[in-house]
Amino acid sequence: MSQAQTTSDAPAPPASTVWTEETSWIDRMPRPVAMLLLLAAFLLTWQAVYGMELVSRIILPSPLETAEDLVVVGRNLLSGDYMLAALWVTTQEVLWGFLIAVALGFLLGVLVGETAFGERAVMPYLVAINTMPKVAFAPLFVSWLGFGIASKVALAAFIAFFPVIVGTAAGLHAADANARMLFRTMGASRWQTLVQLKLPAGMPHFFSGLKNAAVLVVVGAVVGEFLGGGKGFGELIRVAAAQLDTPRVFSLIIYLSLLGLATFWVVAFIQRRFVFWHKETVADGTLGQ
Amino acid sequence: MAASVAFDPATQARPRGRPVYELHGVSKTFTRRNVQALDKVDLLLTEGSFSAVIGPSGCGKSTLLKIMAGLLPPSEGSVVLEGKPVTGPRRDIGMMFQQATLFPWLTTIENIVLPIEIRDGKAAARAAYDKARSLLELVGLSGFERVYPNELSGGMAQRAAICRMLITEPAVLLLDEPFSALDELSRDFMNMEMQRICLERNATAFLVTHSIPEAVILSDVVHVMSARPGRFIESVAIDLPRPRTLDMMTGPRFGALVQRIRSHLDQGAFT
Repeated sequence: MSQAQTTSDAPAPPASTVWTEETSWIDRMPRPVAMLLLLAAFLLTWQAVYGMELVSRIILPSPLETAEDLVVVGRNLLSGDYMLAALWVTTQEVLWGFLIAVALGFLLGVLVGETAFGERAVMPYLVAINTMPKVAFAPLFVSWLGFGIASKVALAAFIAFFPVIVGTAAGLHAADANARMLFRTMGASRWQTLVQLKLPAGMPHFFSGLKNAAVLVVVGAVVGEFLGGGKGFGELIRVAAAQLDTPRVFSLIIYLSLLGLATFWVVAFIQRRFVFWHKETVADGTLGQ
Repeated sequence: MAASVAFDPATQARPRGRPVYELHGVSKTFTRRNVQALDKVDLLLTEGSFSAVIGPSGCGKSTLLKIMAGLLPPSEGSVVLEGKPVTGPRRDIGMMFQQATLFPWLTTIENIVLPIEIRDGKAAARAAYDKARSLLELVGLSGFERVYPNELSGGMAQRAAICRMLITEPAVLLLDEPFSALDELSRDFMNMEMQRICLERNATAFLVTHSIPEAVILSDVVHVMSARPGRFIESVAIDLPRPRTLDMMTGPRFGALVQRIRSHLDQGAFT
C-alpha cells in the first residue's frame, strides 16, 4: 500500500480483483426443478414410445391411461373398498415380516457379533442359508403354514432377516479399540460393554441393515402372494396381469411402492431420533465411524 | 514390597512424597509371537510426582502402560499400587488416550460420570453430577454439561476426557500421548493446563509420549527407554522449577535436558 514502493510510471493495480467461480448448470439446478425435469422427460419418452406403437398397446398403456387408473385405484382405496382390504392384508404381512426379521436378525446378529461361538459356528451356516434362493422356499411355507398371511409373513421375514444379522454383527465390531480399552479400565462387565458401548456404537450399522430389510420385506410379501395366493395386493396384481389390464398393474405397483417407501421412511425417522449423534463423518476424538 | 529395594538413583533425585506406584523387575514376553517387549523395568512413582517415559516406536511403552493399568499381566516382576498388587482394572487408576474417546450418544456430563455409572450404577452417577460440574470448572468447560461431544473441539474433548479420568479420584493418572492428536498451539496450552491440574490436585501422573520437549516441560523425571526389549536406559531428573512456563522451553537448561535425552534416543533408535 505504501506509495514509496510504486514507481510513478507503473500502472496502478486494479482496485478490485473479485472473481466468481463457474458452476455448470447441471450442478446448479435446484432439487425440485431437477426432479420434475427428469419425471417430465420420462413421461414424454413413455408417451412417444406409446404414440409410435413401438410396443403393442396391449402390453404398454399410455401415461394418461395409467394416470386415470391411478385415480380409480386411489378412489377405491379411499372409499375403503376391496383394494383397501387387500392393501391392509399386504401391510400386515409387511409389518409382521419386518418385526420377525428384526427380532430374529438382531438376536442372531448379537450371537454372531458378540460370541466367538456365533462367529465361528453359526455364521457359516447363516451364510450358506443366505446363498440359497429363498423364494424357492415359498411352496414349502405354503404347505407348512397354509394360504393365509402366515406363509407370506414367513417368506417376507426369511428374505429380509439376513441384512439385519449382518448390520447388527458389523455394528458390534464398530467400537474402536481405545473405547474398548477404556471400558476395561472402568471395570465394565461383558454385559455392560455390550449394552453401553457396542450396541450404541453399532446403531448406524444396525439401521442400515434395517433399511435393507424394510425394502426386502415388501418384496418377500408380494412374491409370497404371487406364489401362494391369498387376498393381498400381490394377488390383485397377478389377476390384473392375467387379464392384460396393464394400466391397473402399473397403478397397483405404484401404490405398492408407496408401502415400501413408508416402511423405509419409518425406519429412517426412527434412526434420526435414536442415532442423532451420528454424522456421515464423525469428528476425530469421538466414536461411531 | 520391601522398601529397601534399590532404585535407579535418578528416580530418587526428588524424594518428594510417599511411594504410590511401584514396579519391580517387570518383564513381558509375548510367548505366542516370541517377542520380549519389556525387560526388567523398575519404576517408582511418588505422590504428587510427574514422570514420563519416552522411547522409539515399538519400544514397549504401550505394553508398560497396559500392565500398569491392569489390562495385561506381566510375565515377571511385581506391580503394586497403594500397597495392593495390580491384578486387573482398578478404580484408583485413571487413564487417558490420544483420542478423547468420548461417546457421542452421551452428553459431556454423562460421559464424565460414566466410570461411576459403570461401577456403581445410575443413581451414583447422578449423585456425582455436582462433582462433575466442579471438574468441568477446573478444566474451563463450565456451561458445556449438556453439549454433545460432536460439538466440542479436539482440545475441549480432551478436557472432558481429563474430567472423566479424575471423577473417580484415582491414585495415579496414566496418560498415553494425551495431546498428540492436537495441533501444536493447543497442545502446548493443554500441557500447561495439565500441569496446573496436577499441581492443584497433587496428582501422581505417568506420561507416555513421543515428544521430548513435552516430556521435559511436564515431568520431574523422564525415563528413556531402549528399543525392544524395552528397558530404561537412563532416568533423567528434570530440575526446572515449578510451575513450569512455556518460556522455559527456550532456556539453556531446557535445551541441555532435551539434548541429553535426544542423545540416548539417537543411539538406540536406529539399529
